[in-house]
This record gives sequence, structure tokens and C-alpha cells, in this order.
Amino acid sequence: MKKLKYALFTGCTAKQSTPEQMMSTMAVARKLNIELIELTEASCCGASHLQDYDDFLSLVLNARNIAYAEKHGLTMVTICNTCQLNTAMTKHRLDKNPELKARVNEKLAEVGLEYKGTSLVTHFLYAIIDDFGLDKIKEMVVKPLSQFNIAPFYGCHNIRPSELQNESHKTPENPYNPTSLDDLIIACGGKNVDYEQKNKCCGFHVELQAPHTAAVLAGSAIAGATDNNADMMVTPCPLCHLKLDTQTKSSSEAVGREVSLPVLHMQQMIGLALGCSAAELGLKHNVTEINFL
Amino acid sequence: MSINKISTQKVNFKVFRFNSDVDYLPYYEDYTMDVTSEEVVLDILNRIKWDHDGSFSYRRSCRHGICGICAIKVNGRSTLACKESMSTMIEYFGNDLTIEPLSTKRAVKDMIIDKGDFWEKHAAVTPYLVADIDECPSCENLVSPHDAEELDDADLCIQCGACHYACPVVEINSDFFGPAAFAAAYRFEADVRDSDGQRLIDVNEEKQGVWDCVKCIECTEVCPKGIDPFSKITKLHQMAFKKGVAKNNVATRHAVGFLHSIKRNGVLDEGGLVLYSEGVSIVKHIPVALQMFRKGKIVMPWNIVKSDNLDEIQKLIKSSSTVKF
Ligand code: SF4
Ligand code: SF4
Ligand code: SF4
Ligand code: SF4
Ligand code: FES
Repeated sequence: MKKLKYALFTGCTAKQSTPEQMMSTMAVARKLNIELIELTEASCCGASHLQDYDDFLSLVLNARNIAYAEKHGLTMVTICNTCQLNTAMTKHRLDKNPELKARVNEKLAEVGLEYKGTSLVTHFLYAIIDDFGLDKIKEMVVKPLSQFNIAPFYGCHNIRPSELQNESHKTPENPYNPTSLDDLIIACGGKNVDYEQKNKCCGFHVELQAPHTAAVLAGSAIAGATDNNADMMVTPCPLCHLKLDTQTKSSSEAVGREVSLPVLHMQQMIGLALGCSAAELGLKHNVTEINFL
Repeated sequence: MSINKISTQKVNFKVFRFNSDVDYLPYYEDYTMDVTSEEVVLDILNRIKWDHDGSFSYRRSCRHGICGICAIKVNGRSTLACKESMSTMIEYFGNDLTIEPLSTKRAVKDMIIDKGDFWEKHAAVTPYLVADIDECPSCENLVSPHDAEELDDADLCIQCGACHYACPVVEINSDFFGPAAFAAAYRFEADVRDSDGQRLIDVNEEKQGVWDCVKCIECTEVCPKGIDPFSKITKLHQMAFKKGVAKNNVATRHAVGFLHSIKRNGVLDEGGLVLYSEGVSIVKHIPVALQMFRKGKIVMPWNIVKSDNLDEIQKLIKSSSTVKF
């Protein structure tokens, strides 16, 4: 197989509050022989909040990020659901609307850039599924996670709105019955746990302005996984991860019972199955104790 | 002309039953039926009533996706029964389907629910045009096609409630207006003839307003009319800033804080954002922050790796900003 090569949009979280996500992304890429060119020029995507403030500016900034991936002639890979949503949404709107694209490009020209629409924007999860293949992952597993029940937590911004999301990858995902993360768990040798909250929201985005709502959502998700015998959770989004991993105290208070499960980044889970070390995967940065190592 | 072949398959239905007059608790009844690829969900409801149990209750009227009365849930997904094809449901969920009302806790009889909270929220957003229009005008009050496009199909909402009862916040925060009410508010805020000054302020109020939306996008996903309430919510946020009615609070500072951070670093300064948004209330985050710090999850502001070519980003912010706060 030809060596896979992508332009990596890390987003801000992987560089700050979830260093373990960055470490495990690189560790997994090394194992799979995938080359990731980091887009060090990229700005923050605005996380859907800048979008609430200034729509045009957020389009320009995201188009600039994509333009850098286009310069490399590569597909842009994201490792954060919300980055994926905002970047893919920008691409969708500019590709569908030549007038808007021209207005954005007029601005980008001031800094010598152009958005063409030539690069696909896809989340690492789907790049692995579409381009690398779960069968190949399965063959490469050296330490299957067969002793664990693992609860997938998909995160809204990778599955909704499905019309947009399904433009970004080949394997279609049904937002009411998503399977990609379940399939990945199985490929890593684990047992996937079905539970009501797997495709629901964790509340991360309103943590500051509506802390109770956010805590109820996160708490219910961890409780749902626990009640279905999960030993741990796994998520493709660093924001979901922050909410589920670092906020167990407020989550527990909100749902009136102690809830806490180890939460792995999808990359950490793959890395474990492929035989990466705990240090390579940054497991010491996870807040909720990884109790099986 | 090609003729699609009609196929038939067996489907097991688990159907929610409850009569608030006589039952304390709901229960589920099982029915197995041959379902053809031509049928919609409403056909199944009809067949349950006509072929199995005449007391089975549900609402329907137009059968054309217009009256908005027939919305129910199939395997937890809100759907408009007369519009949703059975083949799609089988494709989504397989051959075991659970039929429930939009909200089981609001059930009155079987599929029929008390939609009172939905209508209350709807009424609260002044869902009508407020305009000083001459009662005996001498000419038409024209709206240009360009201005009409601003409504962005929000006027096509049929008030079916599918989005409202799919919204997680509606169930947690009883003050929250919900996606359908926001879409209605947007429909009139976007209307060039409207001159109401209060509506936009009301839908930006804490607890009830758009700032409490968790951005899960469930509403957009379920809407049978393609209204996309989530993008209307985004527009209501933007309008509040544009029209200068956005209050200075933790939610608005959180949005504006992204701009400040990007201007300074290109990337986000996570700690700085929380500090800017919360002000002195930052103290309540200290326990979690300390825990994160111990795990090496906090990057100090002076250690943040800025974006390369930051000058480009700053230049673009200067030339492309369209809002001031
Ligand atoms: S979503 Fe978060 S991590 Fe991704 S770029 Fe935006 S702020 Fe950064
Ligand atoms: S689950 Fe939470 S953090 Fe994850 S994508 Fe949804 S809102 Fe964002
Ligand atoms: S996006 Fe907002 S309004 Fe829509 S369902 Fe989610 S929380 Fe409710
Ligand atoms: S926005 Fe869509 S789902 Fe919500 S009430 Fe209107 S038509 Fe129904
Ligand atoms: S019966 Fe009128 S919308 Fe379904």
C-alpha cells in the first residue's frame, strides 16, 4: 500500500489541555506508517463560538487553514470533532457558494493565499477507516483489548449534521445508529458496549454559561456506560474527553451518584492494541485513573 | 419510466401504550407485521388501529407533512409519521422497531402527548410580525426576493415539535425556549418589515435563550422540513452582537474571547479564555484546574506555541471583522 500522507490540523486542545492526544496521535501514525504534516500556520477554528460572534471572519480564518492544506496538496485530517465541524462547514459553504468564496478569497489574497476547494477535510477516525482499513488494523494488533468492555462516545460534531458529515468520508455514518467507533473497538479486540448516550452530547460547549446542563449530560453519559458494564469509554474528540475525564465531580453531583470511568482517546486505544507503551500514549496525563495498567 | 419493485419484510413492533385515565404506568404491546417498502410510519399506526386494536390513539390529519400533528418517535428518533418511509426506518434500525410518543413523560394516551410546554415557548417569542403598517394601504407592502431569502426557510416550520422533543436541553432546563421557538423567533427577526425591539433581547436572555443551547445539532438532524434550527440559533447569536443587544455576560465574553485569543496567539489560550469569560468567578474552576495542572494539562500563557505566520492572521482579523462588541 502507498504510504498515507495527510496535513494535520491539530487544533488547540491537543497542544494544551490534552497533550496525551497529540502524543498518541503521533505514536499511532508512526505504527501505521502514516505521515502527518502538521499545519503549524493554522489558527484556532473558533470552536463554534467565534461563529456565534462573527460569521464572516470565522469563514476567512478557517478557509486560510484549509488553504495551507491545499498548498501541500493533501487531505486535511482533524483530531477534534468540533474542528472537523467548523472546518468542514466552511468548506461546504464555500464550495456551494461561489459568490461567498470570491468574497473570502478577496481577503485571503491580502496575505497571498487562496482557497480553492481542492482538499478534503476529514477526521482521523474516518481517514483510518476509509484509507487504512480496519482489517489491516486488526492484523496489526499485538495486544488485543479482549478483556474489556469499551463504551464508544461519538460526540455530536462528528456525526451531526449527517448531511455535512457524510460529505467528509466514504463510509456513511448514521447519526442514530453510528458504527465507526464500535467497529474500531472490535478491530482492537475489545467488546463494544451499546448504551443510550453513545451518540448524545456531553455538554462541553456550555460548561461556563450553563454548568448544570453540561454536568447532567456528561454525568448521564458516564452513568449509561457504567450501567451497561463498560470498563472504560473511548472518544474521538478531545473536548468530549475533557468533559468526561476531568469533570467527574460536577458530573457526579448533577446525576446524584458517583460516576467515573477511565476515558481513552481513540488514538490511545489504538495505540494500546498496537503495543505502544503507556509513556508514548501519554496515559499519565489522563485525569481519571487508568486502572488497568 | 422505471418502476420500483415493491418488497415486503417482517417487522416486529414494540408499541408504547398508556391511558392516563386508567393506567398508572405505561406498557408496551408487541405486533408483528409484513411491511412493504412503500409504506410510511403512519400506515403502520393506521394498521395497528384498524387491524389490531381500535382503542389505539394517535394524531393525524393532512397525511402530507403539512399539519405537523403526527410526529412520534421510532427507536428514539423523532419522525413525522406521514412523511417517514418505513424502508428508511428499517435501514436505520433493522427489523425491531419501538414506537413511542414524542415524549413519554408527556403522554396522555398512547401516541398523544400534552404539547403544552411547546406552545407556551412558542408564544413566548412573539411569533408574529410586529409592524406599523397602514391598515388601509394605498399600495402593496413589498418585500424584495433578496430580503425574503433572509428568512432562510424558517417560515416553512409546521410546529410538529420533533426538534423540541429531541433537544436535550428542553428536558434539563424547563426555562429553555427550545429549537422550534428559536426558529420562529428568527423567522420574524429576519423579516425586514418587523420592528419589534424585545424579541431578540428575550431570546438572548440567560437560561431561556440561545446561549444555553449545547450545540448538539439534534434539532437540525430530526427536522422533517429542513428548517435547520441550529443555524437559526447561530444567526440569533450573531444578530444580538450586530444589533448591540448582546449583554456583557459569561456567555458573550466566551464567544468574544476567542477573537482576543486568536488575535494574540493564532491559537486559543484555553486558560486565558476561561479567565476572560468568568472574571472573578474563575475561583470556582480552581479545584479542577489544579487537578489538571498536576496531570500536566495546563500550559502557561508564556509557553503557548503561537501559530506560524501570526501576522497574516492579525491582518485578516483587521480586514475581515464585521462585528464590534
Ligand atoms: S475546536 Fe477547539 S481545539 Fe479545535 S481548533 Fe477549535 S478551539 Fe481549537
Ligand atoms: S459531545 Fe460535546 S464536546 Fe463532543 S462534539 Fe458534542 S458537544 Fe462537542
Ligand atoms: S442544537 Fe441546541 S437547540 Fe438544537 S437540539 Fe441541541 S441543544 Fe437543542
Ligand atoms: S423546526 Fe422542524 S422539527 Fe422543529 S417544529 Fe418546525 S418543522 Fe418541526
Ligand atoms: S398528518 Fe399532517 S403532518 Fe403528518
